Amino acid sequence: MPLNVVLEKLMGGMGVTVSIFLLTLLFSIPLGLPLSLARMSKNKVLSVISGIYISVMRGTPLMLQIIVIYFLPFYGFGINVTSGYRFVAVIIAFSLNYAAYFAEIYRSGIQSIPKGQYEAAQILGYSRVQTFIRIVMPQMFKRVLPAMTNEIITLVKDTSLSFAIATAEMFTMAKQIAAKEASLAPLMAAGVFYYVFNLLVAHVCKRVEKHYDYYRI
Amino acid sequence: MELVKIENCRKNFDGEEILKGISLSVKEGEVVSVIGPSGSGKSTLLRCACMLETMDGGSLYYAGKQAAHEENGRVSYASGAELKEIRKTFGLVFQNFNLFPHYSVLKNVTEPQIIAGRSKEEADKKAKECLEKLGLIDKISGYPCQLSGGQQQRVSIARALALEPKVLFFDEPTSALDPELTGEVLKVIRDLAALHMTMIIVTHEMNFAKEVSDRMIFMEKGVIRAEGSPEELFGSDDERLRSFMGKLNGN
Repeated sequence: MPLNVVLEKLMGGMGVTVSIFLLTLLFSIPLGLPLSLARMSKNKVLSVISGIYISVMRGTPLMLQIIVIYFLPFYGFGINVTSGYRFVAVIIAFSLNYAAYFAEIYRSGIQSIPKGQYEAAQILGYSRVQTFIRIVMPQMFKRVLPAMTNEIITLVKDTSLSFAIATAEMFTMAKQIAAKEASLAPLMAAGVFYYVFNLLVAHVCKRVEKHYDYYRI
Repeated sequence: MELVKIENCRKNFDGEEILKGISLSVKEGEVVSVIGPSGSGKSTLLRCACMLETMDGGSLYYAGKQAAHEENGRVSYASGAELKEIRKTFGLVFQNFNLFPHYSVLKNVTEPQIIAGRSKEEADKKAKECLEKLGLIDKISGYPCQLSGGQQQRVSIARALALEPKVLFFDEPTSALDPELTGEVLKVIRDLAALHMTMIIVTHEMNFAKEVSDRMIFMEKGVIRAEGSPEELFGSDDERLRSFMGKLNGN
């Protein structure tokens, strides 16, 4: 198979990879917030449930979670899924998994906000919700950016785990072509792609961090 | 009129009694300073008065309104809505300023006003007026991290004043500042005293306290050991008080 055909096929998978990446961020970044708040809640039931959730999500392989979410409708409830569900299952599994990691990052960020900020807000008449949204959240976001960058870079590479249920993303394609052609070249090309993608991600994250350099905590 | 009235305030931390029944009332226009060694409970008293700590016993009134009272050995606080109103009567200046680092100087002073219900224009006008008075008008677009400690503390005083509290508490306002910067903050407080702002100041600046206060309170081990005009306290023959003030004067 000529190189341009190989690249063309990989390109198709690249779109899926990028979609998994973006959709996972779109859902998991907001989802992590209520999860971290539940984890820190004074309500025992909430904090224990979210604690168990985070522990399971972080303590079991993501690949296993993808497989379980893909097969659960059929084996669990006898529902026949359409082929479109494959992609949906991947997005659900990634979002649920990454939300757990983000929740813990947010928690560390929120807990690093000095008590004095809450006290000043209370004295100045801010309600608890106003304090969180206006004072705590923006500062938390700045503090967690480096840790978020790490997690987001890991996500780029983790998208390849969805080959476990044969999603047509780039790694799956590369593996198929490599097997057919008995060549490492498609996998190497995929490797280059992940690397370049991550250079881009790191660059964007750095820009965002820089944007928040106008103040120090 | 008594603006602040604390009766028999008690507070424990981990079973240790930090405040052993303190009563204090402050009239409109009065400047009261609270002095005493570290660990005497000065700051805890202030924090109880500002409701940053809940009292374990005693009652608390602001301008005649009941914020907390003791009933059957338990302190019950007023409802959330009532406390919200009561909180508007006082302001607090912290030792560590506690400015909001992600906001510009101007926004630090305007946002609390907007939260209190003022329009953006009103808040802006008031903020600029306060910052102007404190000599910070050229800093309004800066961020707290770009200011010196003294400037930050002045912004935090402006932030408190913009809400027009009836009484202002100071919790060791110069303890985080080096001696050079202490002066500029003390000057601001002195100016406020000249304008008859009601203030309760916890401080280690003995000469400043003597000069600015109508009344001084010497606390030790959770009780008020002595109370009176600066002349009375500095002329006291209480050994403990004399040695404390003597040490702080550098003798």
